[in-house]
Amino acid sequence: MLGYLVRRIFAAVPVMGVVALFVFLLLRLTPGDPAAILAGDNATPERLERIRTSLGLNEPLIVQFITWVNKLLHGDLGTSLISNLPVMKMIGQRVEPSISIALSTIILAVVVAVPLGVIAAWKHGTWIDRFVMGLSVLGFSVPVFVVGYILIEIFAIDLRWVPVQGFKSISAGFGPFFERIILPTCALSFIYIALIARMTRAAMLDVLGEDYVRTARAKGISEVAVMMRHALRNAAVPVITVIGTGFALLISGVVVTESVFNIPGIGRLTVDAVLARDYPVIQAMILLTSLIYVVVNLLIDVAYTLLDPRIRY
Amino acid sequence: MTNTVLDINNLVVAVGKKPNGQKIIDGISIQVRERETLCLVGESGSGKSVTSLTVMGLLQKGSLGPTGGSVKLVGEELLTATDRRLRQLRATQMAMIFQEPMTALNPVVPVGRQIDEVLRAHTDLDARARRKRILDMMEQVRLPQVERIFASYPHRLSGGQRQRIMIAMALVLEPKLLIADEPTTALDVTTQKQILTLIRDLQRDHGTAVLFITHDMGVVAEIADRVAVMRQGRLVETGPLDSILRNPTMEYTRNLLASVPSLVPRPAREETKEPVVLEANDLGKVYRERSFFGKGREVVAADRVTLTLRKGRTLGIVGESGSGKSTVARCIVRLIDPTSGGVRLAGREISDLSRRLLQPHRQKIQIVFQDPYRSLNPRVTVGESIAEGPINYGVSRNDALKRARELLELVGLPADAVSRYPHQFSGGQRQRIAIARALALDPDVLVADEAVSALDVSVQAQVLELLDEIQKRLGIAILFITHDLRVAAQICDEVVVMQHGRVVEQGPAGEVLMHPREAYTKSLLDAAPGRGWDFANFRPVADGVAASA
Repeated sequence: MLGYLVRRIFAAVPVMGVVALFVFLLLRLTPGDPAAILAGDNATPERLERIRTSLGLNEPLIVQFITWVNKLLHGDLGTSLISNLPVMKMIGQRVEPSISIALSTIILAVVVAVPLGVIAAWKHGTWIDRFVMGLSVLGFSVPVFVVGYILIEIFAIDLRWVPVQGFKSISAGFGPFFERIILPTCALSFIYIALIARMTRAAMLDVLGEDYVRTARAKGISEVAVMMRHALRNAAVPVITVIGTGFALLISGVVVTESVFNIPGIGRLTVDAVLARDYPVIQAMILLTSLIYVVVNLLIDVAYTLLDPRIRY
Repeated sequence: MTNTVLDINNLVVAVGKKPNGQKIIDGISIQVRERETLCLVGESGSGKSVTSLTVMGLLQKGSLGPTGGSVKLVGEELLTATDRRLRQLRATQMAMIFQEPMTALNPVVPVGRQIDEVLRAHTDLDARARRKRILDMMEQVRLPQVERIFASYPHRLSGGQRQRIMIAMALVLEPKLLIADEPTTALDVTTQKQILTLIRDLQRDHGTAVLFITHDMGVVAEIADRVAVMRQGRLVETGPLDSILRNPTMEYTRNLLASVPSLVPRPAREETKEPVVLEANDLGKVYRERSFFGKGREVVAADRVTLTLRKGRTLGIVGESGSGKSTVARCIVRLIDPTSGGVRLAGREISDLSRRLLQPHRQKIQIVFQDPYRSLNPRVTVGESIAEGPINYGVSRNDALKRARELLELVGLPADAVSRYPHQFSGGQRQRIAIARALALDPDVLVADEAVSALDVSVQAQVLELLDEIQKRLGIAILFITHDLRVAAQICDEVVVMQHGRVVEQGPAGEVLMHPREAYTKSLLDAAPGRGWDFANFRPVADGVAASA
C-alpha cells in the first residue's frame, strides 16, 4: 500500500510538470510581447525594457523556463502586477475561506445525499423514491445564487439567526466561523446533494440486483445489514468518484457563492485577476487548481483500493 | 415413512399483485422428505427457479408474488409468514445455494466473515466459538488451508472453492431443507463431480432434505432420489429416479430425455481425402501483463497447439475452463494475435499478416459465439446483421439482403425474419441467426465457440442437427469448441483434448472418447455426469451393451 502511494505520488510529478510548462507558455506564447501585455497600453519604452529584464524575457525560452520553475519550487510565484504583493501571500490569505466552504459543503452533501440515495434505492418505485428524485431535479435546476439569496432573505434578514455575509477565520473562534459559513455551505451543497443522491441511488439499484445481495437475504440477516454491509460498500466506488470530482469542481466553482456572500476567497481572487489581466496571479491559480485536482484524484484512487480488494495496481 | 420437510401444495405464482395476472407457476405440488433429494428438472422458463425463490420468500417484491396454494416447511406455512419470521427461518431451517458462485459472494468482504454473518444473525455464540464452528464447517466442505481461505476475498478463490464456501454458509446451522439452484452448472465437470459428491455426503451426515434444481439430465441421474419434471409453470410428472429414466409416462419427458446427447460417439464417418482447409502449427499465445513499475507477469494461454482440419469435417476442441480452447479458436480467427506458431487457412499463412492484408482472408473463416443473447447487436435488424459482412466485401445491398433471406430459410427461420430485431427471437432462434450471419460470407471454416452451451437440450439437439445438415450441404469445415463431452461425441469427427494450454490427446472421436489413453481424458470422461445412462434409449449404458452383445 505504502509502495503504491509512493509510486502514485511520483507518477503525479510529470503531470504537474506538463501543467507548469503550459502555464509558463501561456504568457510567453500569447501573441504579442508579454512585456507589452503586462505593461498595458500606455507604457513607455523604458518601462517595457525594465519589465523585460525583470522577467528575464531577453534570455532563451528554455533558460526562462528553468529559472521560472526554480523560483516556483522555492515558493516564489512572482509578484502581482496590480497590488505588487507576492502572489504566494495573496493566495495564502484567500485560501482558507474557499477550502473551508468546499470542505463543509462536501461533508454536508455526503451526510445528506448518501442516506437519501440509499433510501430511494431501497424503496425503489415508491413515493419516497419519487420524492427524493424530485428534490434532486430541483437541486439541479435552481442556480446557486437563487438558493443563496433565498437563504439570506429567510435566515439572515427575516429571522436574523446569522449574519448576512462575510467570513471569519476559524482562529477567531468556532461560533463566528460557523454562523458565517453555514448559509454558503447550504446554498452550495444543494446541487451536490442532488448529484450525489442520484449517483448513490443509481449505484445502489445496480448492486441490489446482484447475486450476492440475494445471497445476503437468503442468510436471513436484516434489511439494514443487507443495505449497509453488502450493497452500499459495493456501490461506493462510483459514488466516491462523484464526490471526489465534485470536490475538485467545488474549488473552482465557489466564485458565485463567494460573490453572493461577500467572502474573500480564491474564487473572487481569480475573477479579479482575470479582469485585471494580472498574469502572475492567473498562473498561480491554474497551478493551484491543477494541484488540487491531482491530489484529489490520488485520494480517490487510494479510496478505491481501500474499498474494493479486487482493485490493485 | 420419513417426515415431509417441504410440502408445496397447488402453488400459484403470478405476475404483479392483481389476482388475474399471468401465472408463472400454475398449481404445482411437490413434497421433499428428510434425507431425500428431489430433482426439479425443466428447460429455461419452466418456473423451477421461481418455485425455489418462492419457498425462500426471495421473490422480487411487486413483480412476482404467490396468489394461491400453500408452502409448508416442517408443517409451518411460509406464504403467510411475516418477513421477520422468514428471516428467522432462512439459514436455520432452510438454506439456498445458487448457480453462479462467481457472483454469489460479496466481492468486498472476506469469505470467513460472510459465513460469520449467518452465525451472528442467528446464534448467541461468542467470536471464538463462531470461528471454530466456521473452520469446522469449512473442513467439512473439504476446503484446503481453511485458516488462509477464511481470511481470503472471493476473487482469490476458484469457482469450485467459492461454491464450497456457499455450501458451508448454507449448511453451517444445519437447516432441514437445502435448496440448490443449478449449483454445478457454472462449474467444470471434474469440479461438478466433487461438489455433487459433497452435497450427497453432507446430506447423508446431516439428514437434510435437498431440493435440487437442474436442467442437466446427467446430474439428475447422479444425485436424484426422485424427479419432478416441470414445463411452463406446470408439473409434467413426478416419480422415483429409475422409473422416470426408464419409463417416462409423459411425451414431454420422453422428448427431453431423447434430446440428451449420448456420450457414445456417433458412428465414424469415412476418412476423406478432401483438401486441408485449416492448419495450426505450434500455435502459442502468451499474455504478458506489463506494469509501469516492477516486473510483469506471464500467462501461457496456449502452448504449441497443432491441429489440422479437412473440408467437410468437424474437429472438436474439448477442455475445461482455462484450458486455452477459446484462446486457440480466437487466435485461429485472428481476433487475437498469436505470439508464436502459424495458422494456414486454405493454404495461405495468415498468422503474420497485418490487419489490412488479413482482410480478404477474413471471409473464409467465420465464428459463432456462445451467448446468442449478447452476440447480436440489439439495435440492428437481423437482416442487416447478416448482410453487413457481404456488403463489406463489395456485394450490393439488395443482393446481400436477398442472400440473407435465403440463409434464414437455410437455418430454418422464415425469410421475412430479416426485418425483425434479435429480441423478438428465442435463444435457439438467435443462435440460428448467428449461424446464418457466419455463413453469409461463404466461409471455408466455421468456428463454433461453445455455440450450443447456452441452449436447452431440446434446442441444442436442433442446432446440432442444423450444423450437421449445413455441413453436408455446403461441405464446410467446422472447428467446434466445447466443454461438453456429450456434444463433442455427437458432432465431431476428430477431437483434441486440451488442458492448461496444451494438447493432451488428439485423434478420431470414437478412439479418444471410448478408449482414452491419457489420464486427464479418462478423468474428464469419468466425471461426466450420468455417464452410466443411455438417456435416449431409456436404459443404463450397461444394459445397452448387454443387449447389443
